[in-house]
Amino acid sequence: MNKFARLTIAATLAATFIGCSAASATEITFYYPIAVGGPIPKIVDGYVAEFSKAHPDITVKPVYTGTYQDSIVKAMTAAKAGNAPDVVILLSTDMFTLIDNDLIEPIDTIAKSESDQAWIKSFYPAFMENSQAGGHTWGVPFQRSTIVQYWNKDAFKAAGLDPEKAPANWDEMVAFGKKLTKHDGSGAVTQWGLEIPSTGFLYWMFQALTTQNGTVLANQDGTKVAYNDPKAVEAAQFFADLSQKYQVMPKGTIDWGTTPKDFFEGKTAMMWTTTGNLTNVRSNAKFAFGVAALPSKVHGGSPTGGGNIYIFKNSDKAKEEAALEFARFLTTPERAADWGIATGYVATQPAAWKTDAMKKYAAEFPPAAVARDQLKDAVAELSTHDNQRVTKSLNDALQAVLTGTKQAKPALDEAQAEATRLLAPYQH
Amino acid sequence: MSDRLTSSISTAAAWIFGLIWALPLLYAIWAAFHPSAYATHFDLTAPLSLENFTRAWAAAPFARYFLNTTLLVLGIMAAQFVICTLAAFGLARWKLFGGEVLFALILVQLMVTPDVLILENYRTLRTLGLIDTLTGIGLPYVASAFGIFLLRQSFKSIPKELDDAARVEGANTLQTIWRVYLPLARPIYVAYGLVSISYHWNNFLWPLIVTNSTETRPLTVGLQVFASGDQGIDWSVICAAALMTSAPLLVAFLLFQRAFIQSFLRAGIR
Amino acid sequence: MPEAHKPRPLNIHVQGWLLALPAVVLLAAFTHIPAVATVIDSFFSTPHGRRPADFVGLAQYRNMLTDPVFWLALRNNLLYALITVPVSVGLALAMALWVKDRIKGRAALRLAFFTPTVLPMVAAANIWIFFYTPDYGLLNQIMRAVGLGSVNWLGSVETALPAMMAVTVWKESGFFMVFFLAALQQVPPVLYEAARMENASRWMVFRRITWPLVMPTTLFVAVNALINAFRVVDQVIAMTGGGPNNATTLLLFYIYQVAFSFWDTAYAAALSTVLLSVLALISFLQFFLLDRKIHYR
Repeated sequence: MNKFARLTIAATLAATFIGCSAASATEITFYYPIAVGGPIPKIVDGYVAEFSKAHPDITVKPVYTGTYQDSIVKAMTAAKAGNAPDVVILLSTDMFTLIDNDLIEPIDTIAKSESDQAWIKSFYPAFMENSQAGGHTWGVPFQRSTIVQYWNKDAFKAAGLDPEKAPANWDEMVAFGKKLTKHDGSGAVTQWGLEIPSTGFLYWMFQALTTQNGTVLANQDGTKVAYNDPKAVEAAQFFADLSQKYQVMPKGTIDWGTTPKDFFEGKTAMMWTTTGNLTNVRSNAKFAFGVAALPSKVHGGSPTGGGNIYIFKNSDKAKEEAALEFARFLTTPERAADWGIATGYVATQPAAWKTDAMKKYAAEFPPAAVARDQLKDAVAELSTHDNQRVTKSLNDALQAVLTGTKQAKPALDEAQAEATRLLAPYQH
Repeated sequence: MSDRLTSSISTAAAWIFGLIWALPLLYAIWAAFHPSAYATHFDLTAPLSLENFTRAWAAAPFARYFLNTTLLVLGIMAAQFVICTLAAFGLARWKLFGGEVLFALILVQLMVTPDVLILENYRTLRTLGLIDTLTGIGLPYVASAFGIFLLRQSFKSIPKELDDAARVEGANTLQTIWRVYLPLARPIYVAYGLVSISYHWNNFLWPLIVTNSTETRPLTVGLQVFASGDQGIDWSVICAAALMTSAPLLVAFLLFQRAFIQSFLRAGIR
Repeated sequence: MPEAHKPRPLNIHVQGWLLALPAVVLLAAFTHIPAVATVIDSFFSTPHGRRPADFVGLAQYRNMLTDPVFWLALRNNLLYALITVPVSVGLALAMALWVKDRIKGRAALRLAFFTPTVLPMVAAANIWIFFYTPDYGLLNQIMRAVGLGSVNWLGSVETALPAMMAVTVWKESGFFMVFFLAALQQVPPVLYEAARMENASRWMVFRRITWPLVMPTTLFVAVNALINAFRVVDQVIAMTGGGPNNATTLLLFYIYQVAFSFWDTAYAAALSTVLLSVLALISFLQFFLLDRKIHYR
């Protein structure tokens, strides 16, 4: 066998062995997604390094797993192969799916000490709504958000609008949008009034509209949905009208990831997106911008969003304990404040807002507090059993409405029928 | 006379078409080598910069991904050479009992590639405990119908007299293969090797499912995870990353154009 | 000198099978057995948590027939095949014809045409997403410069699938071009001489000489393209995630989604069986066509 072949085989074997080297400390794997811009992996690595210093007997292996959607696929695929990760950040809405597949451990069964229990109670109640079911706590908030509206103050001034006031209700949305939508000589649009993204988290954006219109899309137990409630249909119609009737928004689907860039490029004067993009906007917008709570119709409001920390089941209880340690480390008030400042996510506990770092930050950058202040009008994010599919039926229907392929009522009726069929096995 | 005119028009058309064809790649190169602000503004005086590459490199463990991919493709190629040679020899040299049926069954894999049976193959790997390993990624591909087919063709064309001559000198089967067939079929091995490396360097769906951690993740999966749409997308950095992942093959191709094209050619000619 | 020994016939069969054994085992494990297992699984229900799978006969297939996304995926895939195959084969032939003649800039052309083939599909897909971005993506910038408006290529139901087809054609044509180059090189030059002496036009030359003689290659390439059309998945994952509203959902992507996102494994098995059947059909087609080698006298 020639040298090259031998070398290759040796290298391959070595790589395989390196992969399964035994560790003397407890080793836990940590899957995390990224849904907002910024140097997130660096920050996470920083936390992991700090944790290792404080807990030399626990090694954390962080693995960036892509989007939230990619991450739930990854986590479940790994778990079903017997390679479950130990601590994972996933959407708070994935809770029922994870429970149904028997993959996660209720946090309150591991976190039994008094200080642990106080810790569980220390988060904002609005964020706990998607974290608790059947009397147990299944996840703890880590990177939570609400939707906020960002606006380009320079563009407002140029359009003759007060640059300090964002639209306060749906009518103003349309009126401001019309003033801000600019055309060039040939009639093509050079600046849109508003962009509400319709890929990625379309159901979430829609939930904002339905909340503002005074209706709820699913029940707390995740067993029933109300996609075709007349108020929901109204909200969907309004959403479609923005691009089709009032023409203040681009037609077709608007990409989640490109929306902030559109905002920076001046392609749109207003945008709705997660507060988690706040730091990204702050770093990249070369103009004065404002951030405000979403407009109201019947009342204001937004669904909460973002990710919780889940602890996956493991027969090795030491790993579960280690995972809990890490979870508590990530959610101390100081760290929650740090994470909130680095990204723009809402620091998840009242205590975090009282830290010096956060007080200083909120004082010099008021937009940071907007999402938190909106919590009083926040509702739980849409979450049901078989979440991926049930949500997909809504997303598909909404995309059909937004691209003009279907009318609002028939599309939502279909989605409702599909979702009811999918949820049938979960009715007790 | 009009033929010359048609000729010139045809040439012009070829150039224009070629330019259009190259446009996306040229665009990516433009975006990757200029700062983000110039990604969409074609200012010819814009400064060149490697910033996007350094940012991409720092944002994800590309070094590890490169290592994984390199080990993966070389490992697969080596294993394929061994296994396909053995099988091809058996099928080429002798009329085996059930040989025709066997060959037909092997050819099924040309159509039914491992990525079409992702779920079942995933389960098999799980039973074997090979999830999240490089071996797991490569195993379904190692017995390659394409390789067996090519090598069998090639072996068939080697004169039997050489085989007999070797045996007269006391060589057993394996030694015969080593001494007679391998050297004569070398161009086919080179061709097949290049095809295999290209294919597996660029393979995506199967490694996506099999790998969970960065220790095994190859470049394609790493790139997709990195470029996932949820983040505020910075096209310049993503283009830089995309070019980085394609770079080794691209460079190899630019340097060895002839060899590459000949290989793909040879691999395809029946 | 040792005597030449002729192995006994039985020994040959044993040896031959032993040599083929590693390959056979692996192929059985990763091709044949999974294929059969997939078909079997499609007649059961999906096991959930602690509930095992029950035999349900044709229930999964009945579900499939009433699943609008399945029909959409099938339709999208058929369209995909119907359009990308002739287009990429046709372009590949055109490219080969251009590159074969001694025109200026031939090497650069060949490079431009073949380079997309060596790119990973996910890299190409991401580059094209950028290319397609509404308003400030290069394509839309060009369109606006010539007076056509900007088009939301990946976000409109009408244009999303064609936009993806363009990426496939871009990536595949260069690869097929190489096969045509080989075939063109094998056309006896004496035929072209004869045509020239008869003052045949370029079109006549193509129609009467080139086209029939490269027909076997055309068929080979077409069948390859057809098989590839049913295995498209990388760019769906990278570019659209199947949207908008399943306009770009293709069969293999749907299988991936149902299997690894929804974990409805039995339904995924049924869908896979359909895909396997389509591929089997194509392979029969290939056998049939290759036997009837169409040749110019």
